[in-house]
Amino acid sequence: MKTIKTAVASVAVAGALAAVSTPTLARDTINIVGSSTVYPFATVVAERFGRNTKFPTPKLESTGSGGGLKLFCAGVGTEHPDITNASRRMKPSEFERCQSNGVKDIVEVKIGSDGIVIASSNKAENLDVNLKELYLALAKQVPDPDGGDKLVANPYKNWSDVDSSLPNKPIRVMGPPPTSGTRDAFVELAMEGGCEEVANIEELAGDKKDEVCQGIREDGAFIEAGENDNLIVQKLASDTSAYGIFGYSFLEENSGTLQAATINGEQPTQDAISSDAYPLARSLWFYVKKAHVGVIPGIPEYVGEFTSESTWGPNGYLADVGLIALPRDARVQQAKNAKAMTPMTGDELK
Amino acid sequence: MSNHEQAALVRQSLKRRYRKERRFRFYGILAIAIALAALVTLFADIIGKGYTGFIKTTMTLEVRFDPKTMYLEDATDKDAFSMADFKAPLLAALHDVVPEAGDSDDRDLGHLLSSYAANKVRDTLEADPSLLGKTQTMTFLVSDDVSVYVKHADDPNYSIQLSEKQQGWVDQLQERGIIQNSFNDVFFQNGDSRDPGHAGVLGAIVGSVLTMVVTLLLSFPIGVAAAIYLEEFAPQNKFTDFIEVNINNLAAVPSIIFGLLGLAVFINLFGLPRSVPLVGGLVLTLMTLPTIIISSRAAIKSVPPSIREAAEGIGASKMQVVLHHVLPLALPGMLTGSIIGMAQALGETAPLLLIGMVAFIVDVPSGFVDAATVLPVQIFLWAGSPELAFIERASAAIMVLLTFLIGMNALAIWLRRRLERRW
Repeated sequence: MKTIKTAVASVAVAGALAAVSTPTLARDTINIVGSSTVYPFATVVAERFGRNTKFPTPKLESTGSGGGLKLFCAGVGTEHPDITNASRRMKPSEFERCQSNGVKDIVEVKIGSDGIVIASSNKAENLDVNLKELYLALAKQVPDPDGGDKLVANPYKNWSDVDSSLPNKPIRVMGPPPTSGTRDAFVELAMEGGCEEVANIEELAGDKKDEVCQGIREDGAFIEAGENDNLIVQKLASDTSAYGIFGYSFLEENSGTLQAATINGEQPTQDAISSDAYPLARSLWFYVKKAHVGVIPGIPEYVGEFTSESTWGPNGYLADVGLIALPRDARVQQAKNAKAMTPMTGDELK
Repeated sequence: MSNHEQAALVRQSLKRRYRKERRFRFYGILAIAIALAALVTLFADIIGKGYTGFIKTTMTLEVRFDPKTMYLEDATDKDAFSMADFKAPLLAALHDVVPEAGDSDDRDLGHLLSSYAANKVRDTLEADPSLLGKTQTMTFLVSDDVSVYVKHADDPNYSIQLSEKQQGWVDQLQERGIIQNSFNDVFFQNGDSRDPGHAGVLGAIVGSVLTMVVTLLLSFPIGVAAAIYLEEFAPQNKFTDFIEVNINNLAAVPSIIFGLLGLAVFINLFGLPRSVPLVGGLVLTLMTLPTIIISSRAAIKSVPPSIREAAEGIGASKMQVVLHHVLPLALPGMLTGSIIGMAQALGETAPLLLIGMVAFIVDVPSGFVDAATVLPVQIFLWAGSPELAFIERASAAIMVLLTFLIGMNALAIWLRRRLERRW
């Protein structure tokens, strides 16, 4: 008999639990989604904000830039996130999607820059390449090195095959998989950038140009090492013949064991990335849903914390975790916009 | 063929057959040795990397709450309090213990302490405003750079971020006992943090417990009821065969599919909030149900028919036979199966990714609809963080998770030993 009672009791508890679960949607915590590149910066701000104000610590989900914007643009209401982070600017199509789902007023804030570095163990020979050489070393299809007017599968085995000034050792580069924002940015900045510099690429590739410029080789020279940048860092330390592609903050954290390749004559330094002189630099952003201001407590205060000089300035605490500050004028302008909560018109994206 | 000839034939092949057996045994031992070696390597790696995660590095300072340098005349004045400088007393205390540092070294000196040290000064003063103007001995966590230097100065996997000058100060403070290592209680008292020194697993443990409670309360009764019905009451026909095949198939479905289902049904359709243990528990219930149903059916099957027949013989109804006799005897097997299913669910991350439980959550959850994360997700998040000090935190969290898993499996074995009846 005892067993029956226990069984009945547990079913009852389960039923009660399901009854409690009817949506309790009022929330007082800011919900933030978006880019995994902005995540390490936004979490630091969120935690400080939680500790230093009376508001609860915002909840941050790392969904990737595209995933974040999709959730963000799904609608207005407490079940949708309030802020999304992005490691690229919102696309016009995403803006349209937001508009059609009723997310009319969106405030855009540019928070700083991040560089993509190509690094190796500091015991290895360092690399000094330009974008064209990088493209030739890593693309799936390249113009026939023996001349002729056709594209061939990448024949280069060693860096020195690409250009005699480069080290005479096999091309082995570890980088992020296609799901990663870092990979998107690398393809856009390095591969497509290098592709443009191949003089006759238009006639060689024709209308397949995008495919040719974006294709990364799959013959083992480029190794997909997973989303975890720490893994690439660890492998580089033990393997001096390989290079790795990851975000600047990982280089800074491991500056004792790693060195960065020079690209187009520029080392990835704070100044070079901030001024866009370093070719593999990108901007980081976040977007605020204006309709939620006043509904979810603390949004203006969070944005204020993020855009204060002691946070995102060159001496602010985000600089300590590897964010590269915007130039002073841009910071002032962005902070002013953010404070006034000036919504986007959509024209700035075109 | 005579007996003699037969015996000769057997003798001939005997040697070969013995050799065959010895070889077979050797392969078996080899397989076990490989499995054990893999296990030992795994544990050695995790423990070797992670034991330092259970050590915290602190600095003990004499902090003088000086009203002048803090710009605070009255600690009960709310407005003045919010404008006060809580870093100043820390810097003064640091200058006291590092007399050779000049005024220009303020930044380097301040960097020795965790970035939340000033918050501790503020909170202490807020709790006891009468401390203003007095001196108190306080213990602070050091910054993660100092912590890495103190713990891993000779480890080539860690790069030291401190300057030569700072290293000199830290060496000297350590010698004088001002910087000390002790057991990392913070690790078990806090939720997540971006400062490795302040990061803890309590939030994740509570999240895991809440999620598991939901899973257990739902999956055990439903699973057992389904198993009893299918085994004892359901008619044998095409339809029940079809259900059986489906349950067996469900047990082999990749767990991320259950996450997709949870996202579509619980969040998008029912409108439950994201990132909460309730939804996590529901999703894991779906995942654990087949395991529990299958093991419960096996437990019911293993109850000998003579028990049923004896009960029926003295006039018990079908219902009484099942509830009074079969169920109590099958329960230990059901519990074992459930605990193993729960242990599986405890280590799961993939389905939780889709329902938003992979998130940065600082506050320790206090209910089933509070945003929460779970232990394996916390490990995943820390393993991907750029700060080196998170590597040891991740390994330490793996040890905590393994402790829970081993505990649950041990409980299952103990229950089986203790309650199971052999026939």
